[in-house]
Order: sequence, then C-alpha cells, then structure tokens
Amino acid sequence: MSANTPLDLVSNRNAKTALVVGASSGIGAALVKQLVSEGYAVCAIARRRDVLDQLSSEVAASARASGGRSIVRVHDVARAEQVPQLFEEIVRDLGGLELVIYAAGIMPKIGSKEYDTEKDLDQLTVNVGGAIAWCNAAANLFQTTRRGTIVGISSIAGDRGRKGNPVYCTTKAALNTYLEALRNRLSEVGVHVTTIKPGFVDTAMTKGMPGLFWLISAEKAAEMILAAARGRVNTRYVPRRWWFVGTVIRSIPSFVFKKLNV
Amino acid sequence: MSAGNRKREFERPRHDIEYVEGWGMAVGATSRVFRPTSVAEIVATLAAARADGVSIGLRGTGCSYGDASVNEHGHVLELTRMNRILAFDPATGIANCEAGVSIEQLWKTILPHGYWPRVVSGTMFPTLGGALAMNIHGKNNYAVGTIGDAVREFDIVLPSGEVRTCNRQANSDLFHAAIGGLGLLGVICRVEIETKRVYSGDVEVRAKSTQTLREAMEYFQAHKATSDYLVAWIDCFAAAPELGRGLVHDARYLRRGEDETPERSLALAHQDLPKNVLGVVPKGEVWRALRLLNHDFGMRSLNLAKYLAGQIEERQGPHRQSHAGFAFLLDYVPNWKWAYGRTGKRGLIQYQVFVPHRSAADVFEEILRRSQRAKIVPYLGVLKRHRPDPFWLTHSVDGWSLALDFKVTPESRDRLWRHCAELTRLVLANGGKFYFAKDLVISNTDMVAMYPPEKLATFLALKRRIDPDMCFESNLSRRVLHGLRR
Repeated sequence: MSANTPLDLVSNRNAKTALVVGASSGIGAALVKQLVSEGYAVCAIARRRDVLDQLSSEVAASARASGGRSIVRVHDVARAEQVPQLFEEIVRDLGGLELVIYAAGIMPKIGSKEYDTEKDLDQLTVNVGGAIAWCNAAANLFQTTRRGTIVGISSIAGDRGRKGNPVYCTTKAALNTYLEALRNRLSEVGVHVTTIKPGFVDTAMTKGMPGLFWLISAEKAAEMILAAARGRVNTRYVPRRWWFVGTVIRSIPSFVFKKLNV
Repeated sequence: MSAGNRKREFERPRHDIEYVEGWGMAVGATSRVFRPTSVAEIVATLAAARADGVSIGLRGTGCSYGDASVNEHGHVLELTRMNRILAFDPATGIANCEAGVSIEQLWKTILPHGYWPRVVSGTMFPTLGGALAMNIHGKNNYAVGTIGDAVREFDIVLPSGEVRTCNRQANSDLFHAAIGGLGLLGVICRVEIETKRVYSGDVEVRAKSTQTLREAMEYFQAHKATSDYLVAWIDCFAAAPELGRGLVHDARYLRRGEDETPERSLALAHQDLPKNVLGVVPKGEVWRALRLLNHDFGMRSLNLAKYLAGQIEERQGPHRQSHAGFAFLLDYVPNWKWAYGRTGKRGLIQYQVFVPHRSAADVFEEILRRSQRAKIVPYLGVLKRHRPDPFWLTHSVDGWSLALDFKVTPESRDRLWRHCAELTRLVLANGGKFYFAKDLVISNTDMVAMYPPEKLATFLALKRRIDPDMCFESNLSRRVLHGLRR
C-alpha cells in the first residue's frame, strides 16, 4: 500500500493485527502461530529468512482455517535506524496495528569468571536497544490512535543482579523499567503496556541448562502471554507461580544474596 | 552481530507513521509525519514527498478543529521541532521566532519583560506558523484585528525550495495571501511579531449575566470602544424568552501604576492555571466526569448551572485575573474534548459563523431556534465581535461570530452535516463567512459564495504560480478549493 492511499486506523475497531519482533524461535514463533490461528494478520520479524519462510509455511494451514494471515520481514534488531521505515511498511501492509510484541532476546553463555564486553554489549543491543526502537515506534503510533497494546517479553532474571550472566539480568531490569515508564506515559491515552516475566520455558535459550524446573512449553507460554495482554495486566509472571519465587528473591537482603548461587 | 556502541545513521529529517487528526477528533488519517529541525530539512522533506509522488500537508500542533492539518493522500510536515525563540527585544517588544514556537512559549518568554502577545487564541498550544496560516483571532479581534495584523515579517519556504522574506513592503502579495493562506503556499519558518506592553500580569475582569443574545450584543456595542477584551458564553439550550442567554466577560489591561507589585504578577508562577478543580479533583481526570454529562440532558443542566453561577459572578463585581487564566479558558481542563469520546472518530466539530453586524442578531437567533427545533443543540456557544482585515482569505467581517460546539458520533454524523448545511445557506445568504481553523463542514460551493470572485481567483492564481505541482495540499484544500484539482 503506497503512501497516498488513505489508511483508516481508527474506525475499524475489531481489526486483529499484530507484530511480533523476534519470531524465529521459542516464544516469538509460538506467539505468531497462536495469533494466526486466532485469525490475526501478523507480521513476523527475525534475522534469518530461512527461519521465517519455515514459520510461514507452518502457519499457512491454520491461516486458511482461521482467516488470518502472516507476513514476514527480515531485520536485525541491532539496526535500529531501519525501524521507522520498516514499521511504516508493516502498518500499511497489515492495514492497521493493534498489538506489538517484542520477543527478541539473546542470552549467550558466560563463564563464571568471564568478562566479555563484546558479548555483553550485544545483549544490550538486542535485548534493550531493539526493544526501545520498536516499542518507541509503536508508542508513537498508538499515542495518536489512542488504542493498542505493547507487550515486552522480559524475564525473572531482571528481578535481581545474579552471578550467572550479569548483563542479561541488567538488560531485563532495563527493559522492565523502560516498559513501566511507557505504561505510565501511555495510560493517559488508553494504550496499554504489559511486561511479561517468563520463568523457564522450553526453548533453544534454556536448552541444556542445568536445574530447570516448572518448565512449560513455548505454546503454553504464548497462550498465557496473550491472556495477560488482553486482560491489560501490567506485569505478569509466566506461569503465575513464578510470582512467589520473584517476590522471595527480591526480598532477600544483599548480604545474604551474594552468598547464594541462584 | 554488530556491536552495541556502533554510531547509527538515522534518516534526516526524522519521520514516523502516525494517525493525524483534527483537534475535534471527527476527522483524521494515517500519514508519514516529518519533523524537520531546520530550513534545510524542510527542503529535504519537500524533496522526499516529490520522490514519493505525494503532496504535503502542513501542521503545527494540530489545534485546528477540522481538517486543515490532515492530509490523507500524502505526507505531513509538522513544524514543532523548529521552536527556538531567536530574539526578543524588551525595548520594542518585537519577537523573532522560528515558526514552530507555540503561543505558550512566546508568552512565557515575554511576560516577565512586561509584554503579552497582541492576539492569542483560547488555547496556548498553537504554533505561530499555524496561527499565521489560519490567521487566528482572539477575544479582542474587534479592537486589534487578527494575528496577521501583529506580524511584521515572516520567512516562507516555497515549493521550489527558495526562502522568501515577506512583509508589508517586500512580497506584500505573498504576505497577505500566506497569512490566512491555509498552509497552501509554503512553509512559514520564521515569524517576526509585535507584542503589547503590559503593566501587570493581571487584567481586570467584569462579568455581566445576560438574559438574551441581544442583550449580550448590546453590551458589546456599548463597551467595545473602551474594553480590551469582550467574549460571551451562550447557553444554546435556553429557549425564548431567554434565547441566547449567557454571560459576558469584559476585560481591560491595567494602566501603569494600577498594579502596585507588577513584578509579582508578571512572574510566571502567578500565571499558573489551577492544578485541581474544586480544590481536590486532579485536572487530568476531569474529562472522565464531563464524559458522564456528555448528553443533551447533562449538557442542558451544565449550561443552566453555568448561567446561574454567572449571575453570582456578576454580583461579585470586577476582579483581577491573570492573563493566562483569562485568555486560555480551553486549557483549564486537559483533554476535555475526550468527554466527547476518545476513539473511533467520535468527537466534536466547532461550527463558527461570521455574520455582518446588520443581520447578525437575526441570523444567530434563527440558528439557535433551528438547532433546538432539530434537537441538535450545541453543547457550547461563544459570541465574539470582529473587524475586517487585509488578508486575502480572511474570515473576519465587520460583525460578529457565534461558535458552536456540536457533538459528533459515527451515527449522528450525516444528520449533523445536513443540519449545518442548512445553517450555512442561511449564513451565506446574509453575507457571512467561515473560519478554517474550525470548519469541517462547508463545501467548495460555499467557499466560492464566501468571497468576491476576483479575491478567490487571485489566490488560486498565486497558488498555481508558486506551487504548479500542488506540492502543498490538505483534506481542507481538497474539500473547499476544487479550483486547485489537478
């Protein structure tokens, strides 16, 4: 759709349109599948074309059944300068936009005595920089339509600074604060922002990790995430029982916490 | 993976896709919005639109109620990032500003020096560029004219990319055409404007409760030679014998020495609008309460309450009020327009008619009667007095205006438009005019009837000469200026 074709983002109240950034695997891919099966027009964004093509063919059948559709865009979230143009193309292609989910995230393996700035700044770029670029674009549009929902997939890791991967925790804490600020800003115009803190989800990210428990599938997580977004929940642990863990962990005093290996 | 500290090259001027709506929310469209920060970036924006084969609509802060700054077939250039006050001379009161400077920025800069803008709208948020393009007026239009009358000079970026300086001597045609020119001739990027010396941060305000529209008009006539501001609120629900009952506010500047501590009243802290309503309710939430009253019965009651409160206010006699408090009534309750709805093209239109003095009272009364008969009653009515000015597409007349806020819903829209069309015929038959900062309803035929034929033809000829490719368009221009169609 070109720039001179009128596009009405406001009258069409039941438009089911969504954008998932970081759709190549795990929770992001599961969210795309779930949304398409519910009849949404979904744009899936990831870095690798082959993975996106694979995802499109996987959802083709359910799209036919539900009346939904999927489009894909290849994009590296480190290239924040591409976002305004790409975001506009997506809104025009989908014919609207109601739901934006930022699910991109990386968690490289970090040795217990390793301090690797390159790995660390890459995490910052993907987990925080990309989130800011995409959620800013969404926030800017939604504040003018006075509707829409933004969902950020954060992590329980953001609740405390832990030994395992200092910068992963840092990026998720930053994401939590950023999303909270967006939520506070946008509530005046009726736009909602949901922060999701997943516990252990069975994805490539957690593969081979020792000591996993309460593990749920990515599909189950996707279902819970969409329920939280629709319920206009502010912050939701997925599954919800992680709230107890998060609350306990957040209340441990530092002089004890630094002795623990959690 | 690229490193996180790489310097990113963002496109300039920056642009975003947004829903661009009229202030009244009854019209809007999705556009790519450019926010240039310099003349060079304005020129780059023009080039980008040309490359995309689309037109550009010009926008300030989007305070026009209707479709003046909406451009559903093209891009939008929003001037709000060019908002530096370049100079202000406290000796002469002349301010030199980038055109994205808002009225709020201007008065907050000049008031501590003892100056106030000659012309302000009922809200402080419009930009000077937008205010010039619409040739806005205030509650003192009858005394000092429109904002165009206070402008000494401006720079405008033409479609060719050329920047031209216009004043009453140089490029005087463009000066008189672009002020009130609906943003169709070029991007006004710098404005040099005169302001008024004041000797206090307060004005003296007197309230006069009026039982009929004619009584209010008689009050204006008796006081317009001596009062600095005159405005009347009208209760549009009241029927004869109280047709057009309301409340006149009459204000005058304080003379030198009348305010014994001007340094206190000229300070910005003295100008703050109240933060709470009735002392307790946070202003940001008041629209929710108004929403509960946003139906005919609620608004009839609210108008009655205001009328009764006005009688008490009159008995209290003259009182002092800050300039900002008196001028910017529309800013007391943030987002009050959301009482009309917040999503889905629900909102309001302001139908403001300008009628020459001789027939104004009859026309206004007939408008009120017809609206009551049709049960399409405006929730707010405002009466003002005007005078003519030399700008080509001016709305001003030696006469009066009545501004009426009508609620718009998707369901009521067609009926409301038909009602307005009927009223428009009455207004035009009496030599009346309309004002494009407000209008959303008049047609090209009405536009043609509004001006002497040669006036409109001269404007269209100038437009075709300096913008042959129709670089600048808007929903408004496509609605009322069919003569421009490619």
